[in-house]
Amino acid sequence: MADPIIRLSGIVKTYGEGPTAFQALKGIDLDIMPGDFIAVMGASGSGKSTTMNILGCLDVPTRGQYLFRGHRVEVLTRDQRALLRRKYFGFVFQGFNLLSRTSALENVELPLVYRGDPKAERHDAAMAALDKVGLKDWWDHTPAELSGGQQQRVAIARAIVTRPQVLLADEPTGNLDSERSVEIMQLLSDLNRNSGITVLMVTHEPDMAEFAHTLVHFKDGLVERIEANPKPLGLAGSDA
Amino acid sequence: MIGTTFFLALRSIRRHVLRSFLTVLGIVIGVAAVVTMVTLGNATTAAVQSQISALGTNILQIRPGQGFGRGGGGPRPPDFEMDDLEAIAQQIAGVTAVAPQAQTSGTAIYEGANWSTTVNGTTDAYFTVQPWPLAEGRTFTPAEEQAGKSVCIIGNTIRQNLYRGGGAVGTRFRIKGVSCDVIGVLSTRGQAGFGGDQDDIVIMPVKAVQRRFTGNQNVSVMLVGVDQNYANEQVQASITDLLRERRKITGGKDDDFNIFDTKQISETLTGTTTLLTRIVATVAAISLLVGGIGIMNIMLVSVTERTREIGIRLAIGAVAREVLLQFLVEAIVLSCLGGLAGLVIAQLAIAVLSPLMQVSWMFDAQINVIAFAISAIIGVVFGYFPARRAASLNPIDALRHE
Ligand SMILES: Nc1ncnc2c1ncn2[C@@H]1O[C@H](COP(=O)(O)OP(=O)(O)OP(=O)(O)O)[C@@H](O)[C@H]1O
Ligand SMILES: [Mg+2]
Repeated sequence: MADPIIRLSGIVKTYGEGPTAFQALKGIDLDIMPGDFIAVMGASGSGKSTTMNILGCLDVPTRGQYLFRGHRVEVLTRDQRALLRRKYFGFVFQGFNLLSRTSALENVELPLVYRGDPKAERHDAAMAALDKVGLKDWWDHTPAELSGGQQQRVAIARAIVTRPQVLLADEPTGNLDSERSVEIMQLLSDLNRNSGITVLMVTHEPDMAEFAHTLVHFKDGLVERIEANPKPLGLAGSDA
Repeated sequence: MIGTTFFLALRSIRRHVLRSFLTVLGIVIGVAAVVTMVTLGNATTAAVQSQISALGTNILQIRPGQGFGRGGGGPRPPDFEMDDLEAIAQQIAGVTAVAPQAQTSGTAIYEGANWSTTVNGTTDAYFTVQPWPLAEGRTFTPAEEQAGKSVCIIGNTIRQNLYRGGGAVGTRFRIKGVSCDVIGVLSTRGQAGFGGDQDDIVIMPVKAVQRRFTGNQNVSVMLVGVDQNYANEQVQASITDLLRERRKITGGKDDDFNIFDTKQISETLTGTTTLLTRIVATVAAISLLVGGIGIMNIMLVSVTERTREIGIRLAIGAVAREVLLQFLVEAIVLSCLGGLAGLVIAQLAIAVLSPLMQVSWMFDAQINVIAFAISAIIGVVFGYFPARRAASLNPIDALRHE
């Protein structure tokens, strides 16, 4: 069996200090295989987002070890983590987090700008990513001129434009109606299967979790249980 | 990386026109106000100084009486005599020339036009004591002075009003029943800072005025030119001693004449205008400060607003340094644009206001540089430091920022 792309061992995250300190993660152990599609579930406050942020190098654990492709992450500097994010990770947030007054194309291009890609390449890659999420014709619209579902698809395009190895999505459908949600899930499922991207997704909705291959349940800052989904949704849909 | 940063900074400025405009506005107003006010203040000082130097800076004016605000009551002290002039010219060291003034006023008439003016009886020394070139014609000959001939030199105001600006030399006008040959026209001096129109004057030989108008040998004012190598105060003291002796003022009695030093006046006036410039500069500095606070406000508000944006940029892979540099470039570009716009507006305002204030156009490089530098520094500091705080946050905290 292949090595895990991500290995968390004994990850603890404590917010605050002294008597008001709060332990949000109490020792997470988790292995993630490349190409997996994981749905993270659990009650509110169980530490799902905290875990996702640590996985995506947006935050650092208080204790424990995080191995990404066999390298220790928790010892890296801020800038090294930024470069790691730039190279390997794509993020999709519940609140979209697009730059306002900025066209879909420019939003999608931004990670490539920081990566230093030449203008023409940047443009082509961004258009290709928009095409993948079905928004090719909307490239010049600003977030204010797009629906929630469309904004989330722009955010996904931005997350995948750098061809990341891992796509992290924290409640990507949390602000969308069920029809739009299914579209987004179908998109993530396609990306996972066709582009081989490892997808981690937090969701509260069991219907959305049905698209994943693996379900990870959180409870009170710990991984409560991991189960495989024998018949993920989405596969049939896209094959047809 | 620099190219990327510039690209992103300019894009951000273009995209937030209102925010950028408001940031720039504070700088524009600050710079324009300071530069305009200080330049106009300096131009006014320069104008006053040049008017004063036209008056002649080394002249003592001696009049009978105790001067402004002193004495009063009692009989009017006697005028001076021609002998007093002689005595001063002969006995006091450092005196270049002494010119008398015997004055009268009357209405001048020429071919139906009339103009009421002042006649000033003096000698050629008048033109040595205070430089006042003629526009045309000549001054008195010694013979004319000696004989007290009825010849006159007129100021430009007389020429304008009596001759409607036309040729005056060689003509003859009447004043108080005396006809007078015009031999010269004075160059224009303009308004005095005090004491009205200096060009509204007719100058005649002192003997002519005494004989034909005042009917006595008196001189009401003496103008004493002082050699530059001598201190005015010292010459003034010697003249005081001499005149006290000649006018028989003894012991502790007060002088019955006063000596008015134009140098002292010019120093006082210059001091006043310099003070004025300082006040104006202070007001301007306050407006620069207010402008600066405006810039700080906008920058602080926009950074708070932009903390989420910083979070987004960090989350998608920007290094903190890149985000910071972008904000720095934005602040520099905006501040410099604002500063330049302020300088341009200031020059326009100065060009418009200078003629209205009757001062000559001036470009003061120093204040331009200072105002620009201060506002640029304010813009950069307040654009940069709040951004630095935001960029030092964990990306996730910046993203959560409300
Ligand atoms: N910045 C923070 N400071 C202090 N406590 C925090 C912070 N972020 C999260 N927490 C706490 O840590 C715990 C876990 O939060 P987390 O956001 O990971 O939960 P979650 O599982 O994502 O919940 P939800 O489903 O509501 O999004 C919560 O009790 C929360 O209050
Ligand atoms: Mg959460």
